[in-house]
Amino acid sequence: MTPAVGTETLQFDFPGERRPLPFEPVLVGVVGSGNLEILIEPAETAGCRITLDTSARGFGAIWAAVLGDFQQRHRLAGVALAMNDMGATPAVVSLRLDQAVAHLRWPAAAAAVGEGE
Amino acid sequence: MNAMNAMNDMNAMNAENTPPARGQGLSWAECSARERLAAFVDEGSFHEWLPPAARLSSPHLALLGVPAAFDDGVAIGRATLGGHAVFVAAQEGEFMGGGVGEVHGAKLTGLLQRALRDRPAAVLLLAESGGVRLHEANAGLIAVSEVMRAVLALRVAGIPVLALIGGANGCFGGMGIVAACCDRVILSDIGRHAMSGPEVIEASHGVDEFDARDRALVWRTTGGKHRWLCGDATALVEDDVAAFRAAALHWLAAPRALDLATLEVEHALLADRLQRCPPGAEAPPLWAALGVPDAARVPDLDADELRQRRPALDLIRQGGF
Amino acid sequence: MLWQDLCTALFGAEHAVQADGDFICGEARLDGRPITVFGSTNHAAVGVELALRQARVVLDTVAAHPGRPLLLLVDTQGQALRRRDELLGIHRAMAHLGSCVELARRQGHPVLGLVYDQALSGGFITSGLIADACDALPEAEIRVMRIPAMARVTKIAEDRLQALSADNPVFAPGVGNYVAMGGVRRLWDAQAPGGLAQALRDALADLPLQDERARLGAERGGRRLAASVIDRVLAAP
Repeated sequence: MTPAVGTETLQFDFPGERRPLPFEPVLVGVVGSGNLEILIEPAETAGCRITLDTSARGFGAIWAAVLGDFQQRHRLAGVALAMNDMGATPAVVSLRLDQAVAHLRWPAAAAAVGEGE
Repeated sequence: MNAMNAMNDMNAMNAENTPPARGQGLSWAECSARERLAAFVDEGSFHEWLPPAARLSSPHLALLGVPAAFDDGVAIGRATLGGHAVFVAAQEGEFMGGGVGEVHGAKLTGLLQRALRDRPAAVLLLAESGGVRLHEANAGLIAVSEVMRAVLALRVAGIPVLALIGGANGCFGGMGIVAACCDRVILSDIGRHAMSGPEVIEASHGVDEFDARDRALVWRTTGGKHRWLCGDATALVEDDVAAFRAAALHWLAAPRALDLATLEVEHALLADRLQRCPPGAEAPPLWAALGVPDAARVPDLDADELRQRRPALDLIRQGGF
Repeated sequence: MLWQDLCTALFGAEHAVQADGDFICGEARLDGRPITVFGSTNHAAVGVELALRQARVVLDTVAAHPGRPLLLLVDTQGQALRRRDELLGIHRAMAHLGSCVELARRQGHPVLGLVYDQALSGGFITSGLIADACDALPEAEIRVMRIPAMARVTKIAEDRLQALSADNPVFAPGVGNYVAMGGVRRLWDAQAPGGLAQALRDALADLPLQDERARLGAERGGRRLAASVIDRVLAAP
């Protein structure tokens, strides 16, 4: 049953090649007004899967753009990001995404490549 | 996390021979619950139970169009504090005002029941909450009550439970009652510990009853300094993680018995306060009535200066937290 | 139901329970066995004074009457919403009352809560909800907060809350709902054989020492998660 007023759920599957070293799930951020939390975990996925639940409905295109840019930069593979959002701006979303990725570690060869972070 | 490292580095350079205390220079109020917890316990000692990856979030919030949190707003687990094995819980004030819902409450109750079984040195509640999460209404009310029963069971068992209150949202409602059931309450001057928030009181009985926008009034009515002066706080600390840590370590092994003698002394403290309080609802006349010298200046004093002023009343010494 | 009629139905005309403002207190006998009856009436707003008066009764009973049952009659609109009560530490007074009840329980006094009219919020937390078990009359009303206030605080529209209150157990104020969630143990049926007095007899005969409400909520289906989350914490590696 879909509630008449509710959060919007979005899911994206992006291709990617950079697989981090095994890691424990990490949580960044807080679900507060204008803020969001991101849970980053290893996943059985070729690229990067991002699922999010947001109270700000109707911004699918902006999410696609912000998350697409993020994955363009990081090209993550075998990683899932789950997000609970309460109306964060794209700037805050990008900040949290960067904070999440900062917890990842890379095999020696991969570290030299694309380390624009 | 980067800002915290920089702060620690700076303190290390400035402190000459003395290494900075863990959490020194870090504002308790400005931290998130997890930042607070990580800086408060011994480094790297926190082991979380039912972590965010378990996704035990509220089943009730979606109905109201509110996003859930993966940990339902509270992190629980075991850690060490000064090497002592402790259980800890940290409530996130930014998520639903720290309100207690079904899962959040059950995590706290589970932690406290586990403490009864495993007998850690103490349980530390890093409390920041508006009380019952209204979005979960009945489930939240019953949940808070279960937390309260579990705290009281630990009081009876002699396992100390310490409430640490210093977040911007304070500790109110059912959580305010829970914290007051604890063995010890450690409050910063920024912290507030009460039942109903000023907005609710103003909405019910008007701005003359309680002007919620008068911050000075709010803090002298429900803030850390006031509670400490009256005997409703074990320790008054600065808004600093190291200060909370030091106070917690100091009071870690000091349970407050739940027996007739202790409760009679507590009753005498509360009854005496009620009886001494002049008409009206202003703090300085109450402080003066309790024997605080120069009561009008209290709001301007810092924690150190205030410590010299707490009345030496036997009642506060014996019956206070 | 009026507390006077309730007491007469429970104990007959010969009981010593009296009201003093919003505070009810007195000794009664059930089958010759003395019981301390105390609590509130007039939909009392529980402030520091009323909380302390109730605590005093509990302490006096523990001191003077070993093993005597305590019956807590609940009719409250919740905590007093007054600056003076906050100044004086109503949260502490309520915690103190709860602690006194816990002491009574540990000293072997059966403590039973009965919601006979209303129970809201903080007024309920440190009365019915802190007893060994809390029963209720079928016509009682239990809720966290009235809808207009709740709408203001949550910023959810009143009519949305009204709609939810109609059929959602989490919001619905009926006692049946609290029974399903485990918060209330059982409802008393005045029409059953023996009436209310028998219900009291049955209630006192079987009071749990442990908090059973999460288990009850799971068994009855009204609150499914709490017990399993508690169990998971207990078992977590």
